[in-house]
Amino acid sequence: MSSQKLFFAGSGGQGVILMGQMTTYAAMYEGKETTYYPSYGPEMRGGTANCTVVVSDRPISCPLIYDADCVVAMNLPSLIKFEQMVKPGGILLLNTSIISQRPSRGDITVYDVPVNELARDIGNARVANMIMLGALVRSTGVVSRGSVVKVMEKTFTGSKARLIDLNVSAFDFWKMPQRV
Amino acid sequence: MKPVFAYTKGMCRVDTSYCPGCTHGIAHRLITETLDEMGRLGDAIGVAPIGCSVQAHKFMNVDMCESAHGRAPAVASGIRRVHPDKMVFTYQGDGDLASIGTAEIIHAAARGEKITTFFINNCIYGMTGGQMAPTTLIGQRSTTSQDGRTVAQAGSPIRVSELLSALDGAVYIERVALDSPAHIRAAKKAVRRALEIQERRLGFTFVEFLSTCPTNWGLAPADAMKWVGSAMIPYYPLGVFREPEVEKAV
Amino acid sequence: MSEKVLMKGNEAFAEAAIRGGCRFYFGYPITPQSEIPEYMSRELPGRGGTFLQAESELGAINMAYGAGAAGGSVFISSSSPGIALMQEGMSFLCSAEVPLVALNVSRCGPGIGGIQPGQADYFQVTRGGGNGDYRIPVFAPSGIQEAVDLLYGAPELADKWRNPVMIFADGVLGQMMEPVTLPEQRPFADPRDIRTRKPWAITGYGDDDARKNVVKSLRMQPDELEIHVETLFEKYARAERELVSAESAGVEDADAVIVAFGTMARIAKEAVDILSGRGVSVGLIRPISLWPFPYGEFDKIGPRAKVVISAELSMGQMIEDVRIGVGKRLPVRLIHRTGGMIPSSLELADRAEAIYKEVAGR
Repeated sequence: MSSQKLFFAGSGGQGVILMGQMTTYAAMYEGKETTYYPSYGPEMRGGTANCTVVVSDRPISCPLIYDADCVVAMNLPSLIKFEQMVKPGGILLLNTSIISQRPSRGDITVYDVPVNELARDIGNARVANMIMLGALVRSTGVVSRGSVVKVMEKTFTGSKARLIDLNVSAFDFWKMPQRV
Repeated sequence: MKPVFAYTKGMCRVDTSYCPGCTHGIAHRLITETLDEMGRLGDAIGVAPIGCSVQAHKFMNVDMCESAHGRAPAVASGIRRVHPDKMVFTYQGDGDLASIGTAEIIHAAARGEKITTFFINNCIYGMTGGQMAPTTLIGQRSTTSQDGRTVAQAGSPIRVSELLSALDGAVYIERVALDSPAHIRAAKKAVRRALEIQERRLGFTFVEFLSTCPTNWGLAPADAMKWVGSAMIPYYPLGVFREPEVEKAV
Repeated sequence: MSEKVLMKGNEAFAEAAIRGGCRFYFGYPITPQSEIPEYMSRELPGRGGTFLQAESELGAINMAYGAGAAGGSVFISSSSPGIALMQEGMSFLCSAEVPLVALNVSRCGPGIGGIQPGQADYFQVTRGGGNGDYRIPVFAPSGIQEAVDLLYGAPELADKWRNPVMIFADGVLGQMMEPVTLPEQRPFADPRDIRTRKPWAITGYGDDDARKNVVKSLRMQPDELEIHVETLFEKYARAERELVSAESAGVEDADAVIVAFGTMARIAKEAVDILSGRGVSVGLIRPISLWPFPYGEFDKIGPRAKVVISAELSMGQMIEDVRIGVGKRLPVRLIHRTGGMIPSSLELADRAEAIYKEVAGR
């Protein structure tokens, strides 16, 4: 991998910004070049929260992206708006808990991640975004599992350290479907 | 032999550039003489405004800076942050303070800045050339109210002391006049009180001087002094508008 | 040097200014730089500094002037419309020779415009929005690390030149996150020896009124003012030689040269790579100092070049300096977006290639 462009989209409160930032932190811990850019441009007018992450082995010229190796769509408006951003052959991760519409593209790989149901199985609705982050990391290989765990360890300290196990298990919860 | 009158160390030994009958010189002297009497002349930092007194630093023997139109209270707030133990004051006229600088004076007072503002109210723009000020009285002629100021056209004159009295951060506000020896003695007491309250860091302090501008009023110096009493004081009553409620340093 | 940390641009800028020795911050909230006053309000008081939220940008710049005149090391920040309000103060500080570090996290205009990134303040920051003859050194970083390094060095520059120094970032840099290495904290200057370090500052003269100081701008006598301005411009002429700074790559054997600064320069770097893949050799000149503008860089452009392209997030402002730098040697063209729109590297590459082909007659 020389460079991966990731795009996270959803509505406020779905943990979109946190997913992007954790990916960026993990990339930094791996010594990779990385940039994070939150929704701030004209695209923020769609009522969605989104952010862009670039991870690369080489210095990153531009933190802005117009196509993505992987798009994470946490709600329906994000699917409608950003499906076209996925590069041919790229990955689209769908929060199928609340997105029932199917993507129209045939030239990309789509993974269904029903984060709300999976979170319910874990027993904590608040880890939905960590489940999606696990899906992103395993489907793209953008960073290693170990780096994400390190981010969690640095994020949850003191009295919050007990949350590490919960978040790690959420991160591990979604399994890549076997290719047929 | 005890001298009955002497130069104050607070004033530079130069002639002021003010017109005959102007009370800027009196106000300058009251302030710097008081600082000297308090032993704080060397600790004082003054901010001059735009207007006739822009060059007050030539006459007042303290460290001073000039400031852009109306901004003196913001400038003094910055100085105060660097030198919390010094005596910081602004010296401003009515166009500077009550018109272009209303935001700065109100917010400095609201923040309770530990500074003293000396406000020269002579109901007119002086240096700029006799235009209507926010304090110009109803019926008063100026170069921009040539038939006399009207409420309909320009609204009513602003009573700045009363206005600032509404703010909790302003702990001492007094209006004095410079039109008679008795009033000047009272004015000096107000200056002293304001500076002492600043020294005790209780909050924002403010002294308004009803002053003269014989040149732009078109009056002889003696008549200008009389006009302060006959026209200004009735609209701008003298007195203390605010005093510290809690007499202890914060 | 400490390890890399991931920081939002605005927070990194604020931290760099503190570490560079800026002890006083005066500000007023405005998007997209409000994280700076927020950060300063959180960090400065506990670290021996002072934060004050002003009533307006006009208040902020004048507080900064007061604190600077009093010998303090001062940092202010704002975004385009706020910087516009501060111009009265900028002119005043230059005349009174008061040091200041200022940051513009720019957005779009004219008027209130929008909150998206823009570079249309180029004239404002390099030509001066205030009245009179004055100059302000302006540096335009294109990454957070570069911005941090520039801000860290800015207090020393401001003190050396006794003049405001401006860092011109844009909304992209303010809002993005990037790993950054923060320099060591410089100790805040001891307020008790201001008079020794800055003998011109107003501090109260103590026991010796022969040392009375006045910081001023007004000079009513034309001959006196003329001498003052001439003296300022002798200083600016020295600054012009010492402060000029640029990065350039591949201009000697380029078919075309793109000139871009800030975020646009990052996009241009990618466009250069794309065009290289298409067999068009494009050089890049990235001015780091916008004033003084690096006119000398244009002398490096080699004989193969057919065109120089100014790429800007404005209707074309820097292009006037580019034309001065190029002279009559080559045609100068503009690629621009405005209103907060940012071209992709592909768009920039396509437009640059079209211009090159048209000029080269291919």
